[in-house]
Amino acid sequence: MLEPLARIPPAFSSTSWMNPLPPATRLLFFADRAARAAAAGAFPMPVTEEACRAHADGARACLWLGPDEYLLLAPAEPGAARVQAALTAAVGPLPHALVDISHRQVAFEIHGPLAAQILNGACALDLDPAGFPVGMCTRTALAKADVVLWRTEVHRFHVEVWRSFSPYVTALLTEIAGALPAAH
Amino acid sequence: MLLISCPYCGDRPEIEFTYGGQAHLVRPADPSALDDQQWAEYLYMRTNTKGVHAERWRHARGCGRFFNALRDTTTDRFAATYKIGAARPDPAASEPTPGTAR
Repeated sequence: MLEPLARIPPAFSSTSWMNPLPPATRLLFFADRAARAAAAGAFPMPVTEEACRAHADGARACLWLGPDEYLLLAPAEPGAARVQAALTAAVGPLPHALVDISHRQVAFEIHGPLAAQILNGACALDLDPAGFPVGMCTRTALAKADVVLWRTEVHRFHVEVWRSFSPYVTALLTEIAGALPAAH
Repeated sequence: MLLISCPYCGDRPEIEFTYGGQAHLVRPADPSALDDQQWAEYLYMRTNTKGVHAERWRHARGCGRFFNALRDTTTDRFAATYKIGAARPDPAASEPTPGTAR
């Protein structure tokens, strides 16, 4: 039997301003402060309560989505089950929820000097580095689709989008980028 | 675009929010003790305020949380937003003077 990911053709290819990112382990983690402190032994957790901030440690990252709600990103190997088991063991009996959503979303990067401008073609957030600094992440609306947006560098955004929305989002961004002559 | 200040995320475009109806409605502790009229009052009767109105909003396409807001229903101006569970702030203290920019 084929792996579920292998059956789905890539919805988009690399361009001068967009990179598809490889499959990854994604977990949604609902946990209060005590459970997050306990989980820190198994996964990098932010030390502050600051809203809309990502805490990256090497290839793993913990993104704030809402109060007590976090998106955990890790490499596809060794698999979500291993990460989940380690976290469950670390958190123990403290109330929390941990859900594997690895296959629900795909990720890509928008990069280059026009990255913010391309995203702003479909996203109403203030993406100036003063208003949306490096390390800031949020769930937001990209036209009709909900995405998680994370600024990893001044000119680089990590975008998480639900798998079924990815052809729409990438086609829309391609159209927006096409209207910006310097993007080619 | 109208900006709404989420108590968790800060100023965000209005398209990220959904309206949640009048705020500070308290469900009766023992609904079975009420008569039909009292239950209907709780379920359906709302104030329909002209002026400053306390109402629920949800940052549906952001952090996903409900919060409360004071909004002037005639000008659409938000006087304050505050977390669920917090007391209703005094609109006079936080409302901008009419005619001045936000």
